[in-house]
Amino acid sequence: MARYLLKRIGFILISLFFIISITFILMKAAPGGPFASERKLPPAIEQQMNEAYGLNDPIYKQYADYLINAVKFDFGPSFKYTGQEVTDIISRSLPYSLILGLEAIFLALSIGVLLGVIAALNHNKFGDYIAMVIAVLGISVPSFIMATILQYIFAIKLQALPVARFESFAHTILPAVALATTPLAFIARLMRSSMLEVLHADYIKTAKSKGLNDRVVTYRHALRNAIMPVVSYLGPLVVGILTGSFIIEKIFGIPGLGNEFVVSVTNRDYTVIMGTTVFFSVLLLVSILVVDLIYGFIDPRIKLSGKGSK
Amino acid sequence: MKKLLEVKDLSISFDTYGAEVQAVRNISFHLDEKETLAIVGESGSGKSVTAQSLMRLVPMPPGKFVGGSIIFDGEDITQKSEKQMESIRGKDISMIFQDPMTSLNPTMTVGKQIAEGLIKHQNLSKKAAHDRGVELLKLVGIPNPEARIKQYPHQYSGGMRQRAMIAIALACNPKILIADEPTTALDVTIQAQILDLMRELQDKTGTAIILITHDLGVVANAASRVAVMYGGKIVETGTVDEIFYNPKHPYTWGLLGSMPKLDAEGEELQAIPGSPPDLADPPKGCPFVTRCPYAMKVCEQHMPDYKELSSTQKTACWLLDERAPDVEPPESAIVGGTEVHG
Amino acid sequence: MQRTEIKQSDFEALPLDRMDAEKIAGESTSYWKDAWRRFRKNKLALAGVVVIILLGIMAFIGGPISGQNYYQNDLMNANQKPSSEHWFGTDNLGRDVFARTWYGAKISLFIGLMAALIDLIIGIIWGAVAGFFGGKVDEYMMRIADILYGVPYLLVVILLMVIMPPGLWTLIIAMTITGWINMARIVRGQVMQLRSEEYVMASQSLGASNSRLMFRHLVPNTMGPILVTLTLTIPSAIFTEAFLSFLGLGVPAPLASWGTMSSDALGSLQYYPFQLFFPAFFICLTMLAFNVIGDGMRDALDPKGR
Repeated sequence: MARYLLKRIGFILISLFFIISITFILMKAAPGGPFASERKLPPAIEQQMNEAYGLNDPIYKQYADYLINAVKFDFGPSFKYTGQEVTDIISRSLPYSLILGLEAIFLALSIGVLLGVIAALNHNKFGDYIAMVIAVLGISVPSFIMATILQYIFAIKLQALPVARFESFAHTILPAVALATTPLAFIARLMRSSMLEVLHADYIKTAKSKGLNDRVVTYRHALRNAIMPVVSYLGPLVVGILTGSFIIEKIFGIPGLGNEFVVSVTNRDYTVIMGTTVFFSVLLLVSILVVDLIYGFIDPRIKLSGKGSK
Repeated sequence: MKKLLEVKDLSISFDTYGAEVQAVRNISFHLDEKETLAIVGESGSGKSVTAQSLMRLVPMPPGKFVGGSIIFDGEDITQKSEKQMESIRGKDISMIFQDPMTSLNPTMTVGKQIAEGLIKHQNLSKKAAHDRGVELLKLVGIPNPEARIKQYPHQYSGGMRQRAMIAIALACNPKILIADEPTTALDVTIQAQILDLMRELQDKTGTAIILITHDLGVVANAASRVAVMYGGKIVETGTVDEIFYNPKHPYTWGLLGSMPKLDAEGEELQAIPGSPPDLADPPKGCPFVTRCPYAMKVCEQHMPDYKELSSTQKTACWLLDERAPDVEPPESAIVGGTEVHG
Repeated sequence: MQRTEIKQSDFEALPLDRMDAEKIAGESTSYWKDAWRRFRKNKLALAGVVVIILLGIMAFIGGPISGQNYYQNDLMNANQKPSSEHWFGTDNLGRDVFARTWYGAKISLFIGLMAALIDLIIGIIWGAVAGFFGGKVDEYMMRIADILYGVPYLLVVILLMVIMPPGLWTLIIAMTITGWINMARIVRGQVMQLRSEEYVMASQSLGASNSRLMFRHLVPNTMGPILVTLTLTIPSAIFTEAFLSFLGLGVPAPLASWGTMSSDALGSLQYYPFQLFFPAFFICLTMLAFNVIGDGMRDALDPKGR
């Protein structure tokens, strides 16, 4: 177990090194310096700015400094918002994204699993069709369209919920629903097909042949086995929620990390882009590790050992 | 001896894509106390459906009872509610399945899987059920049961899993144990062990066994009576001796011919040519007509009646009609060189 | 049963040769014929095909038949409701939404198909080579794919869009730079499985060369899952394009795509919801159609799956 963890953490560090290096190369390859665009600065001032940000150093020195700073999780000041450290921007915006993301994950998991189970238990009946229509629509309607539809109906027409911003729980409902739609639909389909497969498994017949009633068979025997593919989908789910937040936070005007990333991209604010990218990568790699650990605990067949690749 | 279970004119169909597959057609048989009845047939003959219908484990829909009855304890199983069935399953009748690799829940310890039935039917506490589980594992010959009971099925070998399945099935001392191809998925050496274990446990507990198999070798070892199924019908029933030494149905001959024999060195095994009938559109007459080397015109149009050859042997074949030509069973169907009178 | 009707003559033996020629029940159908038969039965998937064909046709003739073009600004007629002149109305610069919608269809479908095609080519080569040679080659190739796969797709695409000049091909390259991995993994899995099968060994023992084996035997037999993945790649590429355009990182003006149109319409959602309705509706319709086709193909090509 300890060996497994060490191995996985080593793998994460290698991946991070690649990601950090690649972002560095990408940002260096970007056309024009950070101060080249928009307002034209006098050459002397630009020179001074470059000096201040260490942009006049030879490229290998910049890379080494960047690596060391990345390990310390220090990405320097923002290029666009003077006086703001990248880490400040991240720690300021993270809570919003975290709350929104967790709400969306909760929604997607609970309703997705529920829909999938309902569909499987009513296989080829009305409940199945309804659940699957919802699922196919959910997959086909992109989150940003879902977001605008929700805004239009619930905020503009019905005026039942706030249109945008992030001030109370009510403000989080629409963005969380929009963010959850696609993964929810995906989970519902996954859960349905997995549940159908499990319900036909021999051990379900064994359970029934013991005289257990349908409810016990479904919940104690089928559900636990059927939920495995959903658990392994948790990694992609986190990715989906995260990238979804780029657009959802923009639409709902939420000052979260996703929005910050998009703004930094449009502003070509390189230090912020690099900082958020590295932060996202750490977040994802760690959450994927956590998911694998959870999986190992739920499924007794999976032995978390250092040997062999998974 | 007292009849424990009686199946009368049972018919079961499945609704699939516009066609009605008549998996079981008008079969009748009975099971005495403490005996072992083997139901023999190839895949698709309806034997597994028959077995599962005795516990109402056939999924309905798409399956449905078309007619007939299954009398157990004076009551018709086909008429019972799901709730009533729950108190029969695992308590009066229990079942073990073909593939021990898939018939145990992979995410639950063996102990819990044994305990479930005990808690349900005998109102045992968790602790008592656990203790009884250890006893049962010991009974079915699993070494170190105190440790094994806490393990998951994937930590067991194939043979041990089938032993654990037997422990689960016998937990509440059922009157009937249905074993659906219990040895098919196992190695030959393990097969014999499992059959021995079943026989040994039957002696101890007096449970009647219905053994579903396609393997006549298993039948010879384990059963006292045999019902041969083909195309959803029982074509011949009799005691083991009658079926092996005095078979009358050409399909039984075929089965015997395709069974390897110890004393027939160098002799080729006789396969039965052709494939079983399509039960979505079963033949009007005898289901075996398309593959029977002795088939007559009448066989195509009419299903033969059962002819009682003894108090125990019944055969449905037109060859037994007095108007039919005399036919001797082929050399390959003669078991152990005993003379077959015919 | 009436037994009296049975006559002595009925007890004549049937000729033995009736069993010689084993009757084959039903006509023997090939895998593809069988799959096509199952696909045809799936009404929803067929409807998806029809929708895609119609969208494809409209992408080419939609602009011309309206008599409007997609780039002409007409500020006097901005934000008009659908009318006989402007069938889907006009946008905030007075451009005809109907013409723009079908122009957008052309762009969106082109991006979807192109991205899927490039993914397919790279994925097949990478996956087939890795799966075929196995061992160390496979391990290194798949490890590279794993590392790339660990990085979120959209994050990479967005980063690439930052450093490359805006344009249609930039978008396609950004999307395919990690998009092929999924395809490569599927091809590899299929090849690994098939490699151990007998006809490959038979062919190998007859002296077939490796490249011949790979492309004559293995690739055609892995077509099923590949086709399904391909069909599902198209809507995801269309989605990514719309997503990026919505963020302002998509195709540059005056090019129109459904994503840029939705993005443009967002600001005036409160007053002119119809401007959002048309592009959004067609994005959803296209994704829906490709998704049901993909599902239908999966069901048709893999009879085991439900």
